[in-house]
Amino acid sequence: MTKMHLTLTVNGEAVETLAEPRELLIHVLRERLGITGPHIGCETSHCGACTVDMDGKSVKACTIFAAQAQGAEITTIEGIGTPDSLHVLQEMFREHHGLQCGFCTPGMITRAWRLLKENPTPSEEEVRFGMAGNLCRCTGYQNIVKSVLAAANELNTVKEAAE
Amino acid sequence: MIPATFEYHRPDSVPGAISLLQQHGDDARVVAGGHSLIPMMKLRMAAPGHLIDLQGIADLRGVEVGDTIRIGALTTQSEILAHAGLAEAAPILIEAARQIADPQVRNLGTLGGNVANGDPGNDMPALMMCLDASFALAGPDGTREVAAREFYEAPYVTAREEEEILTAVSFARPPRGHAYEKQKRKIGDYATAAAAVLIAADGGRVTSASVAMTNLADVPVFSAAAGAALVGTDCGPDAVRTAVAAMQGDIDPVEDNRGPVEFKRHVAGVILARAIARAWSRA
Repeated sequence: MTKMHLTLTVNGEAVETLAEPRELLIHVLRERLGITGPHIGCETSHCGACTVDMDGKSVKACTIFAAQAQGAEITTIEGIGTPDSLHVLQEMFREHHGLQCGFCTPGMITRAWRLLKENPTPSEEEVRFGMAGNLCRCTGYQNIVKSVLAAANELNTVKEAAE
Repeated sequence: MIPATFEYHRPDSVPGAISLLQQHGDDARVVAGGHSLIPMMKLRMAAPGHLIDLQGIADLRGVEVGDTIRIGALTTQSEILAHAGLAEAAPILIEAARQIADPQVRNLGTLGGNVANGDPGNDMPALMMCLDASFALAGPDGTREVAAREFYEAPYVTAREEEEILTAVSFARPPRGHAYEKQKRKIGDYATAAAAVLIAADGGRVTSASVAMTNLADVPVFSAAAGAALVGTDCGPDAVRTAVAAMQGDIDPVEDNRGPVEFKRHVAGVILARAIARAWSRA
């Protein structure tokens, strides 16, 4: 099968690769581009471990063919913060123990990052509903909710201080 | 997890997509949001040789809200949820969309894909029957309209011909009394039972009522008898009981891991009674 020439913007950088149309975006990110933060936790589009941000929306990269993502602008956990300069969400997940094994965390944080842009002051219920496409086996969710609410609070405090 | 190989096409017009369908016959499938088709391809339950991506076709987008509401097939569930005009004109659509899948899936899954898929688990088909919606189908010989109530024939078998594309959904502005009530095991699950109800009232009496049920037969079920049982009544307990019994005569659930047949019949009754109560409170 002929490979397609794909051009994407990933974490602000223009990248090019060759991929078969049937290759899933998650595989292209992980295997062709070496971006291994987004994970694969299922094959039925439930778990959300592969969540990335595509053209301003949270999507499950396991349920998009690379071909469909041609030209897309993608943000993954690697583009949200770095070990030296954590995003507030990453700090709060650490602070509030919002992760254990860490396998769902890249998807969780990438989803929460978009959720807080969609709704900067979510209630607990809105966080739970807004994160419902992301499964976690370890935390029982409680501390993830705390982490996201704390990050929202922190981001809003910073924004108010700037105004 | 790994789909079979295929050739990928991204036409920029409906005629372009139809000519690809004509060219490749049943070896071709159209893909909209991809959130039913791609999972099936990953399990190799579907293995089309040609995938025709509709996302480049601008004509399939857009929402018009007037006395008639028209929604382009590629409108995503998230776009429905965010549409202020739809929230005002057809709040039942918002109530249903919130209960479909999860945020990521709603960002890509489309209304057209949901209604054209033909899986009895999908929620929008029964809602469209309840609304008496009409589906526009574009094919080699032009466009025809098919009533939602005539569209579903068997699981994954609909009135859509192989060379046709569902381009839009339209329906008259519904009455205020509405509810979409869904029993499910968890977020993202298809319904154990769900009910779409629309009620119009005048002077404390039901003047019109429409009832349709999700995932309680091979196809979505429009229960004309359940609606008729409510018309003229005060929507009291007797009327609700009669409507529930009428609905239970129209459904034909099958046993699966959501429960045995008798359980589903019972849950369907509970869910419909709740939906009627909520629709009546808003009528």
